[in-house]
Amino acid sequence: MKDFLLIFRTDIAAMPKRSPEEMQANTKRWMDWIGGIAAQNKLTDRGNRLNLTGKVLNPNNVITDGPYTEIKESIVGYSIVKANTEEEATELAKECPILGAGGNVEIREISVM
Amino acid sequence: MKQAELIPHLFRTEYRKIVSVLCKLFGIDHIEIAEDLVSDTFLLASELWGLKGLPENPTAWLYTVAKNKTKDYLRRNSLFAQNISKEIKYTTTTSEEIEIDLSVRNINDSQLAMMFVVCHPCNAAEAQIGLALNLLCGFGIGEIANAFLTNKTAIYKRLQRAKEKLRTEKIAITQPTASEINERLPAVLTTLYLLYNEGYYSPNQDITLRKDLCLEAMRLTYMLVENEHLNTPAANALLSLMCFQSSRFDSRLNPQGEIVLYQDQDTDLWNQELIEKGEYFLNQASEGNTLSKYHLEAGIAYWHTTKADTDKKWECILHLYNHLLLIEYSPIAALNRTYALAKARGKQEAIKEAEKINLSGNHLYHSLLGELYMSIDNTKAITHFHNALALTKSAADKLIISNKILKLMEH
Repeated sequence: MKDFLLIFRTDIAAMPKRSPEEMQANTKRWMDWIGGIAAQNKLTDRGNRLNLTGKVLNPNNVITDGPYTEIKESIVGYSIVKANTEEEATELAKECPILGAGGNVEIREISVM
Repeated sequence: MKQAELIPHLFRTEYRKIVSVLCKLFGIDHIEIAEDLVSDTFLLASELWGLKGLPENPTAWLYTVAKNKTKDYLRRNSLFAQNISKEIKYTTTTSEEIEIDLSVRNINDSQLAMMFVVCHPCNAAEAQIGLALNLLCGFGIGEIANAFLTNKTAIYKRLQRAKEKLRTEKIAITQPTASEINERLPAVLTTLYLLYNEGYYSPNQDITLRKDLCLEAMRLTYMLVENEHLNTPAANALLSLMCFQSSRFDSRLNPQGEIVLYQDQDTDLWNQELIEKGEYFLNQASEGNTLSKYHLEAGIAYWHTTKADTDKKWECILHLYNHLLLIEYSPIAALNRTYALAKARGKQEAIKEAEKINLSGNHLYHSLLGELYMSIDNTKAITHFHNALALTKSAADKLIISNKILKLMEH
């Protein structure tokens, strides 16, 4: 089996403000989804969330601040899953909760150096 | 206690203590000498006590005789005595005066030191459990063979090989240092966890023996939490798990020795004292910020101590199984997670997930699907139960599965 990086993207500016209950329900959806992948023994690394702010370092030491409002979709997190093919990895991503919240998942095979 | 019961009882409680002290004194190369000296002591006890009656303090008698036998041995084998005295950096002038310290403190230290040796990952899990039963629990070869449902020769060979391995790896019998504890305590906990499971889930029909294995595993884990350096959250979580599981021991089998499934168990037979102990150790385990798989399993076991099905119960169990699977995949956790999913989110969703987990060679997988398809698609349920029946080797499981098929056919 090969490893695939799942990159979760969403429009941060359009993200709804959630109540604590909604946040809890959201966590539950993510845990159920990732737990389901782990139950198939296809999880390599549950990955992490990313902070919504950051910096971008450009050539000539030009540093810009995030959040990147000029970019529609920002990376909010990642996970690494195991699959035989790209199709299979895509299948695993199909129930990712980010899709229900207006985001998307990019599926990329990790090519080991 | 009558004499006939007293010697086996003392063998179980004292043999391991004296052996540990002598092993620690002699070093890993001479485990067998330690075992022989203690066995000889018990042999003499059974001969003499039979003739002359019990001594006033049988335990003290055993300690004195074991000490004298050891000193005699050292005197007769001065070369061996010199060797071991070098090893223990013996400082007084004559090697004949080696002190054999059978104080409570040294017994305890020696047993803990031996625990770290016996649970050394250089041996396979099965060999570690065998060694633990032999050296830490005072089980004879026959009893261990019984526990593993195999013959004495196989166990004898397994133990010999395991001891040889410890010798070639030159594992030192010493009090582990702080860094060794961090490094090796997880392996010790794993062995104790497996030793417990051996008793709890064994297909062996001998209930007393299985209970003994569980109790021994609990006793050893309790020794860890009693020690200030080994009293870690993970050790407490493991002990909590064992308490919760053991609380249902008496309700898991009916008088005919058949398995009683969780939902059919009589809660009056659940041991409240053990449940409370489990809660106590789970609280102890929550100090600090470690989250081991034992914490999660203890959490799951905790929720099983309330029998009534509530949304919260199954939501929590599902959440804990999700976490557990993120820490460590196992087929049994994957199957149990799917069962929890059925309870929390309904059978349809669970069937969808179950069909993804692909454990079709596992009888429990088919039992689970049989369970999930019941009253949704009974034909499919029966097919899965038949698959389960063909795959299981356990007579107790076969009986349960056959009964389910019969019930479904009647409908």
